[in-house]
Amino acid sequence: MIELKDLYKSFNHNSVLRGVNLKVEKGESVVVIGGSGSGKSVLLKHIIGLLKPDKGTVIVDSSDLSQLDEEGLNEIRKKFGMLFQSSALFDSMMVWENVGFGLKRHTHMPDQEIKEIAVEKLKMVGLVGVEDEMPSQLSGGMRKRVGLARAIAMKPEILLYDEPTTGLDPIMADAINDLIIKMREELDVTSVTITHDMKSAYKIADTIAMLYNGVIISTGSSEEIQNSADPVVRQFIEGRAEGPIIVEGINR
Amino acid sequence: MLIKFIEFIGAVIEKPLLGLGRIILLLGATLKGTVRPPFEFRNLVNQMLQIGVNSLPVVLVTAVFTGMVLALQSYTGFKRFGAEGLVGSVVALSMTRELGPVLTALIVTGRAGAAMAAELGTMRVTEQIDALETLATNPVKFLVVPRFLSGMIMLPALTAVTDIIGILGGYFVTVILLGSSSKTYLRATWDYLEIQDIYSGLLKACFFGAAFALISCYKGFYTSGGAEGVGRATTGAVVFSSMTILISDYFLSAWLFK
Ligand SMILES: Nc1ncnc2c1ncn2[C@@H]1O[C@H](COP(=O)(O)OP(=O)(O)OP(=O)(O)O)[C@@H](O)[C@H]1O
Ligand SMILES: [Mg+2]
Repeated sequence: MIELKDLYKSFNHNSVLRGVNLKVEKGESVVVIGGSGSGKSVLLKHIIGLLKPDKGTVIVDSSDLSQLDEEGLNEIRKKFGMLFQSSALFDSMMVWENVGFGLKRHTHMPDQEIKEIAVEKLKMVGLVGVEDEMPSQLSGGMRKRVGLARAIAMKPEILLYDEPTTGLDPIMADAINDLIIKMREELDVTSVTITHDMKSAYKIADTIAMLYNGVIISTGSSEEIQNSADPVVRQFIEGRAEGPIIVEGINR
Repeated sequence: MLIKFIEFIGAVIEKPLLGLGRIILLLGATLKGTVRPPFEFRNLVNQMLQIGVNSLPVVLVTAVFTGMVLALQSYTGFKRFGAEGLVGSVVALSMTRELGPVLTALIVTGRAGAAMAAELGTMRVTEQIDALETLATNPVKFLVVPRFLSGMIMLPALTAVTDIIGILGGYFVTVILLGSSSKTYLRATWDYLEIQDIYSGLLKACFFGAAFALISCYKGFYTSGGAEGVGRATTGAVVFSSMTILISDYFLSAWLFK
């Protein structure tokens, strides 16, 4: 369904991706873990064509994104739902208009019906009675969930979640994990999730991939990662400051 | 030595050239988005209202006082050689040909142009423009085209208002404050004002509207660097647009009134 082949990307002189390879099968849930600033969000933006690789190819549903014209790319993008790390809500629109944006643009539904669907999606992420508010009136965790509702509103085949549970309380975080699992089980969604929350990673992942130094250093099922012998992976999943991963600028 | 020199020149002109290239590309994408459906009527009407509502009060004040000061200055000057009967034509010609379009454009740039750059800049740095793309929506079509068109439509409209209000301001000073005859002022206005003066002024306004909107959108669209970047984009948009308006005004005038 999704294949990243030998992806390179640098910004000015900061080379972020240095030959990333990753394959996601249809219906599979892949979780990408890795340190802060290691390029996870950059990786995710390549999958939906927001960033273009310096080298390498991104293949979605057997089309190479770099070969598509604008219309072709938009057709592919209609299969996607994406949750941004920063939520990226449209702050000039009400919450329900944010959630219903895709429906408004790409279907002929009347506003009334769009709003009903938006309210229903908001309920799925645990938000009730906020549909007529403006995004600036919401808390960070609520904004994240509105972003999630917007991502799932069009019933996409592929979902990209950038830290879906960051900023949520533990109960809400677990409810969102359940929602992600439900999306896959009921709608057969293919998903790529970025998270720092290892508990959530073990729960939702078919495969966990670790990004380190610009490459995927390890992939495997939850158990395989939990039992990994790789010292870098071990240090990360155990959350230790001591180990091969250097925490720059912090004296120990 | 020579290579060093060429490198130096290259480094100096690289940024402006990159900017120019991006503006031209943005203009191309905007024109393409203008003629191809679907059309964003709602966004267009919103933008037109915003420009109108934001700018109208300032435009009115500027227009009335510009007309008044023009009348005052030309009256006292012309009186020295007994030509005070021509004040009406001076006001009418200066307003329609020059001050109407240019002053309106500068004011609207300060208001609406700054707002466009700040809004698009914020949308860029908070990833809202990326979010539009992921929702299969072309951000140039959705955001830039309505602003570009509304600039092109609203600036001539506001300029027409400025022209009329300016002439009325001149009338007020000449006739009511300075006691000249009302008939003379109106005659002087009508007799020397040609239709070409009016439409060439409006044509300039149309160009200025397109220019400030495109430049402001460009500055917003390519914002980077957080809140500080948005501030930089906003001032940059106003300065760059104002310069473009003042410089192009000379060349447009030379061409239109040759
Ligand atoms: N648009 C951009 N322009 C320049 N540099 C960028 C851009 N986007 C990302 N970077 C750089 O790429 C690197 C990786 O950023 P990215 O956002 O992918 O990290 P991340 O793994 O998602 O981190 P976090 O877990 O903190 O979200 C950072 O060094 C960042 O400065
Ligand atoms: Mg990130």
